[in-house]
Amino acid sequence: MERTLTYAEAIREATEQEMTRDPAVMVLGLGVADHRAIYGTTHGLLERFGGERVLETPLAEDGMTGVAIGAALAGLRPIHVHIRMDFVLLAMNQLVNIAAKSRYMFGGAVSVPLVVRAIIGRSWGQGAQHSQGLHALFMHVPGLKVVAPTTPHDAKGCLIASIRDDGPVMFVEHRMLHSLRGHVPAEAYGVPFGRARVLEPGDDVTLVGISHMVLECLRARALLADVGVRAEVIDPVSLAPLDVDTIAASAARTGRLVVVDTGWTTCGASAEIAAAVLERLAGAAVVQVRRLGFAPVPCPTTRMLEQLFYPNAQHIAATAYALGTDDTTAWAPLGGTEAPEVAEFRGPF
Amino acid sequence: MHARLYRSLYRVRRVEEEIARLYPTDRIKSPVHLSIGQEAVSVGVCEALAAGDVVFGTYRSHALYLAKGGDLRRMIAELYGKATGCTRGKGGSMHLIDPAAGVMGASAVVATTIPQAVGYAYAEKLRRRPTVVTSFFGDGAVEEGAFHESVNFAQLKRLPVLFVCENNRYAIHTHQRDRQAMESIAAFARAYGLFAERIEDGALAAIHDAACRAVAAIRARMGPRFLECLTYRWREHVGPGEDFAAGYRTRTEAEPWMAGDEVARAGARLDATERRRIEAEVEAEIADAFEFAERSPLPAAADLYAHVS
Repeated sequence: MERTLTYAEAIREATEQEMTRDPAVMVLGLGVADHRAIYGTTHGLLERFGGERVLETPLAEDGMTGVAIGAALAGLRPIHVHIRMDFVLLAMNQLVNIAAKSRYMFGGAVSVPLVVRAIIGRSWGQGAQHSQGLHALFMHVPGLKVVAPTTPHDAKGCLIASIRDDGPVMFVEHRMLHSLRGHVPAEAYGVPFGRARVLEPGDDVTLVGISHMVLECLRARALLADVGVRAEVIDPVSLAPLDVDTIAASAARTGRLVVVDTGWTTCGASAEIAAAVLERLAGAAVVQVRRLGFAPVPCPTTRMLEQLFYPNAQHIAATAYALGTDDTTAWAPLGGTEAPEVAEFRGPF
Repeated sequence: MHARLYRSLYRVRRVEEEIARLYPTDRIKSPVHLSIGQEAVSVGVCEALAAGDVVFGTYRSHALYLAKGGDLRRMIAELYGKATGCTRGKGGSMHLIDPAAGVMGASAVVATTIPQAVGYAYAEKLRRRPTVVTSFFGDGAVEEGAFHESVNFAQLKRLPVLFVCENNRYAIHTHQRDRQAMESIAAFARAYGLFAERIEDGALAAIHDAACRAVAAIRARMGPRFLECLTYRWREHVGPGEDFAAGYRTRTEAEPWMAGDEVARAGARLDATERRRIEAEVEAEIADAFEFAERSPLPAAADLYAHVS
């Protein structure tokens, strides 16, 4: 029988295996050593590795990011966990001005092997400050890598690759993915940076989903299949570096590209992907492009408005279908059911 | 020890004076924040450190880099933007580094290296190494949140960190009294439970003695210590010249510091023959370093994309 773990268990397993392999690996953050253990992702690590390597921190995101960078300069490989990506805004100075720049501005004399785990929240009224997908901010900055794995398999492999990388990596995880179950090999393995995955093949339209939106793209693919549209679903996995080749090759073949982000579209990851693909294909293929993402407002808390804030499988399917016609009301799938992982979510937050 | 201290002080002073003298030629294509007047803080503290100890600094770190043993040739080459510079032309005057000497870098954003020093100390303590990590910063840095977050964490974990505040009273052109409600920066550290000393006269011996006491305590695993060293910047915030005519401060304010110049006082402690010998050696070393920078190659175009991540 195939070995399966949840996404959260995969992160925990990757962390434990790397901490066992390399005494330089440590975890720090608010909540990493408490009974909730960041949704179980750090469960048992304190007991196994002790409080020096599983460090519960003060509420000081800026200072503790600097501490993590300093520890990395001294040769440790810290994993700094933020239970919400919103809180990483407090660490932007250290991440952008120091972590991203140190190797370059010191001419290669130092490296900063730092992993920052940033969790995007959603559902049950998370609201404006517990729901932001800010990965595009980090994609903008040379010197930072950004990964946003969707499957438990890639969560484990990307985290191991991030820990072993000698530069700073933003590891983006979505709260709606932590319970997702899937095949995860028992041994340690790395998923390489800069390589997208074609999750499902199709010839009519290319759907690129980021993080949790991959699940919605897969659901949209099923809806589109009902009306005879065959969608190819691609998970970039790694946002910086970005595998433009794979996405561009698919878009050149289908002629239609829908990029769906768990973030805003303006200057967002979807804008970067669309622009990179169109530049790559300039003159070689004509591709129609649409972007979907958060509504351009702060995230509201009431469920009624929250449902309108996020793209869902129905939006994605209708948008993809309309790309092939002049009539934007040509077809929309029936119903408006919420994704089960969203509808069923009651915490922990 | 007097001879060693004088050599270190004189070397910093003369390097800075040479930079200032050459600056109008535009050979140095980098902003320079000169340490002239503040040499005794870096020299006095670094004399108390071991070769294997580590320091982190600020954009005004020429004195620190040299006092801790940073390579002079590679420093001047860096100011010239040459491939032989200590950061290969990528960092300039504000980002000096020499890991072999324990100089782990400097930042142009105030207070940002303070938590890095604390994190470095955390790693060294975790690996049971005897390293003392010293964080140098100015009086402006203590207004930043990162300073308070760092001091609190260092004390919480009893980390081997020496915090050294070089209080020259000015954050660029704004006096401490216009920025802070309290005069004593050491009081901030005491509020977090650290033992802190405040040296008000800028005297090399007092700074060195206090640093020795602090380093001994840190090595005895008594946790972090704090020194506030009052000092005075003789030149403008950035650039080679004086700025007493700018209106934000007066020459009268500077005069007591210039009269008590620690470089001259240290030199006066030596006999004339030894002093002349040291000065001649330092002058030759400085001339060699500038020649090295002059004849070094510029980086290659491909270096633009090297060492990004």
